[in-house]
Amino acid sequence: MPPVLETKGLIKQFGGITATNDVSLIIEKGARHALIGPNGAGKTTIINLLTGVLRPTAGTIWLDGQDITNLEAHKRVQLGIARTFQINQLFAELTPLETIGLAVSERMELGRQWWRLVGSKGIVIDESVDILQRFNLADVLDERTATLPYGKQRLLEIALAIACRPRVLLLDEPAAGVPEAERHGILDAVAALPSDVTVLLIEHDMDIVFSFADRISVLVNGALFVEGPPEEVARDPRVKAVYLGEEVHG
Amino acid sequence: MIDRAANPQLVAQAHGLLASRTRWSVLEIAFWLVALASIFLLQSKHLILTEIAILALFALSLDLLLGYAGIVSLGHAAFFGFGAYCAGILAKYGIIKEPVLALLASGIAAMALGFVTSFLVLRGSDLTRLMVTLGVALVLREIANRLEITGGADGLQGVVMEPILGHFQFDIFGKTAYVYSLIVLFILFLIARRIVHSPFGLSLRSVKGNPLRASAVGIHVNGRLVAIYTIAAGMAGVAGALLTQATQFASLSVLDFERSADVLLILIIGGAGYLYGGLIGAVLFKLVQDYLANVTPQYWQFWLGLALVMMILFGRVYGAVMAALIFAVCTALKLPFMQSIVFTVAVVATLGIARPHILRWTSAITARAVAVQAGLKARFTRKGSDHAPGA
Repeated sequence: MPPVLETKGLIKQFGGITATNDVSLIIEKGARHALIGPNGAGKTTIINLLTGVLRPTAGTIWLDGQDITNLEAHKRVQLGIARTFQINQLFAELTPLETIGLAVSERMELGRQWWRLVGSKGIVIDESVDILQRFNLADVLDERTATLPYGKQRLLEIALAIACRPRVLLLDEPAAGVPEAERHGILDAVAALPSDVTVLLIEHDMDIVFSFADRISVLVNGALFVEGPPEEVARDPRVKAVYLGEEVHG
Repeated sequence: MIDRAANPQLVAQAHGLLASRTRWSVLEIAFWLVALASIFLLQSKHLILTEIAILALFALSLDLLLGYAGIVSLGHAAFFGFGAYCAGILAKYGIIKEPVLALLASGIAAMALGFVTSFLVLRGSDLTRLMVTLGVALVLREIANRLEITGGADGLQGVVMEPILGHFQFDIFGKTAYVYSLIVLFILFLIARRIVHSPFGLSLRSVKGNPLRASAVGIHVNGRLVAIYTIAAGMAGVAGALLTQATQFASLSVLDFERSADVLLILIIGGAGYLYGGLIGAVLFKLVQDYLANVTPQYWQFWLGLALVMMILFGRVYGAVMAALIFAVCTALKLPFMQSIVFTVAVVATLGIARPHILRWTSAITARAVAVQAGLKARFTRKGSDHAPGA
């Protein structure tokens, strides 16, 4: 059986800068895989390549054995790759109910229907409310998203990706910028993700990474540096060197 | 995961919230009742009312683009003009004689043009969209100028309209034309209202708000933009066709840049993104234009310009009121035009300098008005309080 998500020799260059350098990544079905690395290592670039926001300079991307390298972003979502963003990318003028309802109805391929009123399909509302409840957003379901506290917006960011019912979920620093008091809410939500969803997590916070991941890839200067189970990566002297800011050779 | 029961109370609340969003409000119903009443009560004004209805439909079509999909256009007259010429040619050469069918055909033709040109507005910033839409309208105008079938610079003359549906003859007082225009406006408004409250309409708002995220939840952003551009072009084409049918004439002015600019202005005056902005804007614009053109035939644009500047400086309502006051003072004092200019400039400069203070007063007045309105609303809706508190 092929891995759920795989990249082969992925390269992305911006002008003369190589942001992603020959990355061959294998993510197994159901994995809790973390991608870590110092600032500027190219973590978000990889997410953008996987989701189709950017096109690679060279290399291929495979989802369940299907080559998706040249698929448009929205088609990849329909195939089951969803993501969250490091900086919230929400619909400021919509309410959480509308936001989640939008994603649910798009997934059910109802989004092109112009003759039906929003809210006239019971299954869309049922599922939307269920998701809002699970992510502790039921109390604000009719507030404008722009007016929500940051922690709630961060939850909505993840809930919106879950509403796409992904097979692979890419989380780009889910706890970034969340005040300490609201942090556990986010972490609980991440920990409670359905086990059949494969998760690739990008994170700076090592506590989160080591409590969550069953496999870790370390990215340095756009290239894969070390990969393995958490204990192994934690023991690796080269990883320690990178995180202590020492010069790396080779 | 699928069968997990969501809290039924919350589900009911969600149903209620979404349904209330699409329910007809008292103000909406009143608006259309007034429009209906105008057929019987303002018989002598049917010619200008027809113009207003057509302009309102044109502005409504632009609202679908700008207010709901965030597409700016400086060339929306391309579709208006295309529809106008289509209707003229269909009638003049007897291709489709029945006006309603011809209207439909013109709308479909404009949709086709909208579909083809929509691919030009997919990419780029607002600025490139302004330029591209402007360019399309210019090109079309020049083509209409050169072609023989459009009558070139002389316009399309000798358009004779058959009775609508074979029964209702266009009359010299414009009653038939007005009723016809109003019905078409109302039907297309209903369609527009349906569209913006549909899942498709919701997806448009998401695309307008954040196209990056919209595509990250599986929405084909460009597909949605093509669709709404095509629909809006069709509506604008119907508006243009109505103008030709009502006036039995089409000239190059239907493709003028000024027409594109005016409709954008109307939408901004009335406010984009709630469907009534274009309609209210069209009424205000046409009435003010008509009034000023009667009072000061040469200089009416000066006052229109003043109103716009004041509206930008002090907000829609307060700005319009201030501009009206300045105009009233100049008229009451019977100032000659040059002195009116000096007086106006002095007043505007003073108000401009005092702007921070004035804005403080106006926002205090607004807060008061909102509180009063909320109080009234609470009194009216007390009996029907089936919504959860805090919603």
